[in-house]
Amino acid sequence: MRKLNILLGVAIAGIAGFFGIKEIIADPVYFLELVLGGLTRGSIYALIALGYTMVYGIIQLINFAHGEIYMIGAMTALIVASVLGLWGWNSGVIVFLAFAFAILYSCAYGFTVEKIAYKPLRNAPRLSALISAIGMSLFLQNYVMLAQTPEFMPFESLIPDFQFWEPFAHIITAVEMSIIVTTVIVMILLGMLIKFTKIGKAMRATAQDKVMASLVGINVNRVISTTFVVGSATAAIGGVLIACHVGQVNFFIGFLAGIKAFIAAVLGGIGSVPGAVLGSLVLGISESMFTGYFWSEYEDVFAFTILVIILIFRPSGILGKDETSKV
Amino acid sequence: MKSFLKTLALALLTMVVFAAPGFAGDTIKLGSGGVISGDLAPYGISAVRGVEIAIEDLNAKGGILGKKIELLVGDDACKPEVAVNMATKLVSDGAQMIVGHVCSGATIAANKIYKDAGLLIVSPASTNDDLTLKGEHPNFFRTISYDGAQADLMSSFVKNTLKAKKVALVHDKGDYGKGQMELAKKYFTKLGGIEIVLFEGVTTGAVDFSAIVQKIKRSKADVTMWGGYHSDASKIVSLLKKKRVKTTFFGGDGIIGDNFTTLAGKYSEGVYATGPNDTSNNPLYKEISAKHQKKYSEKPGTFFHNAYACVQALAAAAEKAGSLDYDKMRAAMFENKIASPLGTIGFDKNGDVIGAGFSVYQVKNGKYTQVN
Repeated sequence: MRKLNILLGVAIAGIAGFFGIKEIIADPVYFLELVLGGLTRGSIYALIALGYTMVYGIIQLINFAHGEIYMIGAMTALIVASVLGLWGWNSGVIVFLAFAFAILYSCAYGFTVEKIAYKPLRNAPRLSALISAIGMSLFLQNYVMLAQTPEFMPFESLIPDFQFWEPFAHIITAVEMSIIVTTVIVMILLGMLIKFTKIGKAMRATAQDKVMASLVGINVNRVISTTFVVGSATAAIGGVLIACHVGQVNFFIGFLAGIKAFIAAVLGGIGSVPGAVLGSLVLGISESMFTGYFWSEYEDVFAFTILVIILIFRPSGILGKDETSKV
Repeated sequence: MKSFLKTLALALLTMVVFAAPGFAGDTIKLGSGGVISGDLAPYGISAVRGVEIAIEDLNAKGGILGKKIELLVGDDACKPEVAVNMATKLVSDGAQMIVGHVCSGATIAANKIYKDAGLLIVSPASTNDDLTLKGEHPNFFRTISYDGAQADLMSSFVKNTLKAKKVALVHDKGDYGKGQMELAKKYFTKLGGIEIVLFEGVTTGAVDFSAIVQKIKRSKADVTMWGGYHSDASKIVSLLKKKRVKTTFFGGDGIIGDNFTTLAGKYSEGVYATGPNDTSNNPLYKEISAKHQKKYSEKPGTFFHNAYACVQALAAAAEKAGSLDYDKMRAAMFENKIASPLGTIGFDKNGDVIGAGFSVYQVKNGKYTQVN
């Protein structure tokens, strides 16, 4: 039965691939544009998905308030950029400070959310923490809506249309390029943090076994806080970048982005950092392809279909650890 | 025991029936329904303010039939299911006439309640064709032109003035946006000579619209028509410009107004949209705009003046009928000519407004300017 399933999958993929190749050869530039568009979108998903997957890896909690941290990053950047813009500061300084403040604020929120909403529930059933996360998400959304405004606010792009980029602007804009480059840099830095630093080692140890880690002298609470802070920082970067890309911000942008990033994290194998990146890129590119070659109406339907199909064949995600090995 | 309960229930019901006339007090209650929370709140709030100021003006002149008017406000959040509850509440609170709603889907849902209660409803903003053209809502009137009229204008302008050969139709999958684009498609087909190269819906509030923008570019459309609201429109417009796509963006009244031009900023330049006629030289228009400015310290929003006209129409009908009787008031609605901020308006046999139509606007120097 399982073999039949796989055969069927391969057959469908083969037919799709055949038609795909015909389309690609007919218009390769269009294909490239769609791939790059998908990469941009996937990069944003990846920046958010990292937070989901790292937190899940360490405390097995799905942090539903994570999309809101991303939104707060974008909001903070908007406020800082507008105020500094009014004072007539140099645009380079504004970019730097907007990013810095966005990261700082998002980290502070991520840290506080963990301390208020999750830490007291560390030994409670997992469902309680999940409900607490949803509550936190609603709280932050409404808080920003009331403190700011329910309307969309224009976000003047912090990244200029570079002159040297003009010949390529019709394929991929300067902002999209910056998004992809920034994401790659963030990924490399994060990889190094996890692999080579002391705190990274502590994170990996905590993810493997929380009790054992504390027995060998790792301050588990500090590791968890650090994880939230790091995840929030990448989400904030994603928030500022996407706001530059689409040019507007409101209190609700974190919801859809958060859901999509969550799917991406599950797709890649929740708990796995490379998995989150891979899942995000797969999701972003396939959404873009689907809109490009089929119907954009069904883009979301398609995203969820992919999720279901992958979870049928690989229940723990593309790069997820096999559940059985844990038991 | 059971029969006692039955008797009690019956008694209570009878009491409610007899209590009903008690509502007809010293004031006339006017219900206003619309979206005043969420993304679309600016539209609904502008309408409620129009109603408020119209009521103030009428009350200063002695109200309707010698009675002061009292305003009841409801929020439908643009959702049909909320609208039904809200309408039920307005009716049970004793509303005797209704101004609203804003979103067409909500109006259609809520009107079941108003129709059963025998109330006239005048909408400042709901433009869906079905509301008037299907004949299912005899108690419904509106002070804004319907979508078909708008689609007709759009399609002939795109063909004759913009000389377009290929158009892409993109919408937000909602009642309003998709409906508008389906109508546009119908009118384009009727007109002939124009190829529809793309008909797509997008997810409103999506993280990124670059795939659809690439698709528009590939379709080589001369004109991209948009059915939907300002926030998604501004994202798509700016991406089209950033990706150097040579297409003219054309939207409906969902993107008319300062909301769109501030959001899209410099990318909004050159965008076309159809919207209600510019009547800003009308003396009453100027007068109530000044009142709005004084009361709320800002310029009136999109449906403010239409909402003012709604209240005027209801008041005039009641005065002419001499009572709040449904049939008499409805008959009066068709006969009256009202000196409104939109000019002199009346209603045709379907309940659609006569005398307040649509024009084409283009963004020039960051402001919508009438071009036809």
